[in-house]
Amino acid sequence: MLVLALDTATPTVTAGVVEVPPDRSAGITIRAVRATHDARKHGELLLPGALAACAEAGIALADLDAVVVGIGPGPFTGLRIGMVTAAALGDALDLPVHGVCSLDAIAADTDGVDGPLIVATDARRREVYWAAYAGDARIAGPHVEAPASLVARIPELGAVAAAGACAGGTGLRVVSPESPGPGGLVACAADAVRAGGRPGPLEPLYLRRPDAVAPGPRKPARTG
Amino acid sequence: MTGRRGTIVLGIETSCDETGVGVVSLDDAGGVELLADEIASSVDEHARFGGVVPEVASRAHLQAMVPAVHRALATAGVRPGDVAAVAVTAGPGLAGALLVGVAAAKAYAAAWDVPLYGVNHLAAHVAVDTLQHGPLPPCLALLVSGGHSSLLDVPDLAGPVTPLGATIDDAAGEAFDKVARLLGLPFPGGPHIDRVGRDGDPAAIAFPRGLTGPRDAAFDFSFSGLKTAVARHVEGLQRAGIPVPVADVAASFQEAVVDVLTAKAVRAARERGAETMVLGGGVAANSRLRALAQQRCAAAGIVLRVPRPRLCTDNGAMVAALGAHLLAGGAQPSPLDLPADSSMPVTEVLVG
Ligand SMILES: [Zn+2]
Repeated sequence: MLVLALDTATPTVTAGVVEVPPDRSAGITIRAVRATHDARKHGELLLPGALAACAEAGIALADLDAVVVGIGPGPFTGLRIGMVTAAALGDALDLPVHGVCSLDAIAADTDGVDGPLIVATDARRREVYWAAYAGDARIAGPHVEAPASLVARIPELGAVAAAGACAGGTGLRVVSPESPGPGGLVACAADAVRAGGRPGPLEPLYLRRPDAVAPGPRKPARTG
Repeated sequence: MTGRRGTIVLGIETSCDETGVGVVSLDDAGGVELLADEIASSVDEHARFGGVVPEVASRAHLQAMVPAVHRALATAGVRPGDVAAVAVTAGPGLAGALLVGVAAAKAYAAAWDVPLYGVNHLAAHVAVDTLQHGPLPPCLALLVSGGHSSLLDVPDLAGPVTPLGATIDDAAGEAFDKVARLLGLPFPGGPHIDRVGRDGDPAAIAFPRGLTGPRDAAFDFSFSGLKTAVARHVEGLQRAGIPVPVADVAASFQEAVVDVLTAKAVRAARERGAETMVLGGGVAANSRLRALAQQRCAAAGIVLRVPRPRLCTDNGAMVAALGAHLLAGGAQPSPLDLPADSSMPVTEVLVG
């Protein structure tokens, strides 16, 4: 099965074509990847990247069997571009669209970590998005917190390594990757892709409420 | 194509708080017909904030986008494979909100393998009139809403458009919202001021007409001073313990706004030799603006065209209409790396 993987939850704009064999014991194959690091150009880069990945894989959009997309957490404006692109492609091509926590996708792409893992990415405003993993399971998060709050949790989580662009702030051994890749994204949804069902609507992991304050009592206009 | 239908164009609009998806049919003679006009509005979510909150609007667009496209296609009775082009508002507007629509439009255009047109929101406000009144001769357009107050010279819908003037501070619709709040009326304020003002005397209070001095920019607008004048008037009464005559204040404020808008628009039309004027934007639904524009245009021998209120406010049909005119005119489609441009100049009708 051919899967288009998209993620815009980090400054990296990721698009890739991944092949998922029907047999669970066979590994997935990355057929093509377009990943560009530019936090301000998610909207410009994503769809051309997806088309270029399809071209490199020698397929048309119509050949796809599913779409997998990172649902964050991530800075909102960029995150929405990946999600609405995935939703619209799925709708137009009549394909199932599977949402995957973007931190889970990073964790799935790490290698050689012998013990619990922290994934931490940039949430701006001096905070990080983070989650903790043991084996294949997420054991904490996703949260958005100050790096110090995450660091304070590390002993209790028993983490031995960290991935994601903010991994360096944990004081743990840093492992790659920094951002979600097509392999990790699709690995997190491979069972659902094989099952072939129709997932529910995508729900973004914003983790923060919108910045908006209801106005207080009206200030008098200056007179005189 | 289905039956005798012409070429189908889908339009997507997300520049502010309305997720709009419209479907139009373009015939061989260049005429456009409205087939669907779906709108999901997040206006209620903004009401308690007294204005549109960009992040709230953007979140709502993401949720509403695909269902709105579904409903629009179903209402129009066209299959996805019938769509011949996708048009989308590329700007101006709220950056995060625009991006949702632009990304969705690219995905639909690529998946359906049809051309994409990234168009100007203001030009689309003018183009929408063709859905109701047919082909549009060269015209002068007055666009007034919560986001814009502009006078445009539009020789042709496919562009280029010449901006003659715009607000230098608040948009007219913003002034309506702020004055409504001052008078204890709900958001959005325009319809409430209009309703309450019908029982008031528009000449009760002589509120200032901004930028109408002999040395002021002939076609620019200013509504900030007016808003302050209304606030001072209301507070003066409150301090003196006099009940605020809400209907008179609303009517007098409204009169000050529409007097300036229509006077400048008619003067601009005369100066540019335009024989047709189009009103657009949410404030074009205001009954007093329609009436005074009609009266002054008639006196000046100008044909006034005002689309029905539903077409005046932000919607996807206007974007589809402009897309259809561009398609008919053989315009070059926009590239798939089309950016959203929150401050897109109105001189740019289509992102090339
Ligand atoms: Zn508008």
